Amino acid sequence: MSQSVTGPAPAPPDLVSAARGGGSGGGAIAARRRRRVAGLLLVLGLLVVATLLSVAVGAKEMSLDAVWHALVSPTGTENDIVVRSQRLPRTFLGLVVGIALGVGGALMQGHTRNPLADPGLLGVTHGAAFTVVLGIFALGITNIYGYVWFGFAGALLASVGVFLLGSVGRGGPTPVTLALAGAAMSALLHSLTSAVVLLDAQALDVYRFWKVGAIAGRDFGLAVQVLPFVVLGLLLAFANAPGMNALALGEDVARSLGQRVRLTRTLGIAAITLLTGAAVAVCGPIAFVGLVVPHVARAVVGADYRWILPYSGLLGAVLLLLADVAGRVVARPGELQVGIMLAVVGAPFFIALVRRRKLVRL
Amino acid sequence: MPGRPPLRVGPASWVLRARALAVPLVGLAVVVLLMAVNIGRGEFPLSVTDVLNVLVGGGDRPQRFIVLDLRLPRSLTGALVGAALGLSGALTQTITRNPLATPDITGITAGAGAAAVSVIVVGGSYGSLTGQLAEIGVPLAGLVGGLLSAILVYLLAWQRGVEGYRLVLVGLGAHALLSSLTYWLLTLGDVTDASRAVVWLTGSLNGRGWEHVTPVAIALAVLVPLTLLGAHALGALQMGDDTARGLGVRVNLTRALLLLAAVALAAVATAAAGPVAFVALATPQIAMRLSRTAQPPMIASAVLGAVLTVGSDLVARTAFGAVELPVGIITAVLGAPYLMYLLVRRYREVRA
Amino acid sequence: MTALPAAESVAPVATARQEGGSPPSRLHAENLRLGYGENVIVDGLDIDVLDNTVTAVIGPNGCGKSTLLRALGRLLNPQQGHVLLDGKRIDRMPTKEVARVIGVLPQTPQAPEGLTVADLVARGRHPHQTWYRQWSSDDESAVAEALRLTGMLEFAERTLDQLSGGQRQRAWISMALAQGTDLLLLDEPTTYLDLAHQVDVLDLVYRLHAEAGRTVVMVLHDLNLAARYADRLVAMRAGRIVAQGEPAEVLTEELLREVFELDARVVPDPVAGTPLVVPVGARNRSS
Repeated sequence: MSQSVTGPAPAPPDLVSAARGGGSGGGAIAARRRRRVAGLLLVLGLLVVATLLSVAVGAKEMSLDAVWHALVSPTGTENDIVVRSQRLPRTFLGLVVGIALGVGGALMQGHTRNPLADPGLLGVTHGAAFTVVLGIFALGITNIYGYVWFGFAGALLASVGVFLLGSVGRGGPTPVTLALAGAAMSALLHSLTSAVVLLDAQALDVYRFWKVGAIAGRDFGLAVQVLPFVVLGLLLAFANAPGMNALALGEDVARSLGQRVRLTRTLGIAAITLLTGAAVAVCGPIAFVGLVVPHVARAVVGADYRWILPYSGLLGAVLLLLADVAGRVVARPGELQVGIMLAVVGAPFFIALVRRRKLVRL
Repeated sequence: MPGRPPLRVGPASWVLRARALAVPLVGLAVVVLLMAVNIGRGEFPLSVTDVLNVLVGGGDRPQRFIVLDLRLPRSLTGALVGAALGLSGALTQTITRNPLATPDITGITAGAGAAAVSVIVVGGSYGSLTGQLAEIGVPLAGLVGGLLSAILVYLLAWQRGVEGYRLVLVGLGAHALLSSLTYWLLTLGDVTDASRAVVWLTGSLNGRGWEHVTPVAIALAVLVPLTLLGAHALGALQMGDDTARGLGVRVNLTRALLLLAAVALAAVATAAAGPVAFVALATPQIAMRLSRTAQPPMIASAVLGAVLTVGSDLVARTAFGAVELPVGIITAVLGAPYLMYLLVRRYREVRA
Repeated sequence: MTALPAAESVAPVATARQEGGSPPSRLHAENLRLGYGENVIVDGLDIDVLDNTVTAVIGPNGCGKSTLLRALGRLLNPQQGHVLLDGKRIDRMPTKEVARVIGVLPQTPQAPEGLTVADLVARGRHPHQTWYRQWSSDDESAVAEALRLTGMLEFAERTLDQLSGGQRQRAWISMALAQGTDLLLLDEPTTYLDLAHQVDVLDLVYRLHAEAGRTVVMVLHDLNLAARYADRLVAMRAGRIVAQGEPAEVLTEELLREVFELDARVVPDPVAGTPLVVPVGARNRSS
């Protein structure tokens, strides 16, 4: 750094090193970085536990021995089939979708500067719902392999529509115009969905089970199909993180720091759409992950999106898997869908969070 | 105040603004006209003049029967429900200082929905409630469920007073929980029950009679004057708690009372017609832009709510041939694009 | 006037000026029209920001001071005319490149909750970072140095909401410093501060100029402090520059009457000798 801040009169080196050694400035930043890495490893450990639970625990009681047997040397017993064809795919799907929803939710709240924002605000959920029922109504598609693409397309179209509608103004997309456009679009699509399901009982029958949100009953193939979109969304999201940090200081400061505001917003919205669109299409709307998890992540790591995003992703997967496991246990021999479980667990948690902490400003 | 002619009657004085007066007046005329058209449509069509004639006391007997006993209650329910929702939305948006806030933020429609749907599902699939009981039970459950969840949300949001922002967050949590439960309930019964539940959840005026008109009318008659009395304090609340206190407004009390009024309005309306979508969200914003005021105008929001609801019912009844859609679908299909158009136009103007 | 020839014609002019003994200016603007939509705030304005000076822009509320500053910092694109940095149109340069030369601090910047001072200042390094190099030792020493210069080292781990107004302002200035730019544009850096803290912040600004050789442009409301701390004053009224130059040349009784519609005496500052504005006011006019 030849053009140092000190200019012609360089600072005495001892001051700078004192700054580092004294636990302030750069030194403190490094120390916190270590804490954050340690925390991330802890969350990763949690995720491993949640994953194991999701494989080992289910509506059908099974010894750990049997689970292990099914995993390493399956012989086609009933237990083997349950583990390999049901628990493994839904666990994998839970991981993918949980990460996608957690990261998507954190981005969403950041870009709309709105701690209430969940991906539904961009019209993703209602867009997917509408195209799903439309596919069933107009084309008679009831196979999930078929309508998952309808759902994905609907999510993309709706959020692109919201983004365009929210960006017509001089200043480009702002948090307020995006939120208003999203609310208008969601209301419109929701009522169109209602109209379709009232006209077609078959569409309603699929819709009502899709709408509660579940990761059960989907096989590996489905998860693999949307995986590329989730991966692309995650890449975009992490590329977006430094820009989000600048934008958090307001658009003027972000611009003066050399950030291209419109580009950052566009990339961010693209990432949100890919992540949540893929999740919603496969699993239906699972709302609470994207809403709650970023708040927890911020409480742990502070205001740095380079850390909020990975924490949100991992915590999202942990939450989704644990909720899914709980849903298998509470209603034996049946089970509750993960969407319901998340609402039942997440809502009180969220309300407690709101009551306990001072409200965040983003 | 310069440019605003004051109106003084004895000790009372108001500032008049032409647009703020014109919007509700024109709106009122439109409501009456829409109602007349709506009443005229049906198996025995009547002209607008016939309908208006009956309404002012004329017409022959069959005409009077068709208008007064069969069709007027439905339109009147629509107008009153729309007015209640519009006013309720205007209050909520002002109190929370959030253009996206609706009475929903208190969890009221979600609570009403969960309660009503459970009556429909339990009554339908498990046969423990007979048809008649379910007919009365659904609106009653809606009213009780809505009020209960609103009270619960308010209490949960209370921490040495209720801050609008915290209320929104707590309400959001409750809303998500309750609507999740509602959709879960939908998966329990058979498809016909689910279909009935969706109709209710969308908001419908089908088969509404005088027994639906009366409660909403009473609620409006009591709450509208109270709201208008409190409304002058709303301008101060809009500027934040500290400023409002400085202007001599008792912040917590005012907000609690006005919110209670908003909740009561929405609860009664929801019990009568189901949660008619979008009226509470869109009409205050539309009224605000039409009146060119800084915050949602109360009366204009109520009147425009009635316009939107009655107009939508007219479309829902007549536009699709034999199929009659629930009014809530049309309110959203009409209201949402208009809100989008306003968004676009406003920014075009700024840019030009 | 088309855009391109204007940009080309500028460089020779600038050189000629330097040859002719005029002070050098890296940042200047010509024939600016600024505004929001149909609301034109500044029209037909030219300005040269002289290198290695502290310039204070003064003028009544709504005269376009902040708008001008935003345009100089490319936060606002001119409706007409150009802002030129080293002879190049600023709106055509990569914004990150500009961010390494010009730092802008808006009037009341907003920060997310829970952000610590060190975090905030670290974000000033944004223009020097890429996705593969997010935290170099340069970044670290720049942040430490910025914190030291503003005396904020001891507060580095506090969150912004725990600070007093003056401390918060110093934290934001640290952020702009960490950006390591030769030019600093500050929009009312002393708003909401008491007199002692105002002097504090302006002392800091002066040190940045004197020790680190920075060029500073700031919008100021307090005329006496502006006269004290600035090498040059630019007086604006209704979107136009009425006078510019050294404080003693600009801050005259006639100018105060013309620009601020203020009846005032101007006397020498007993401490610094710079002009000191003493308003007359209605209470003392008759006597």
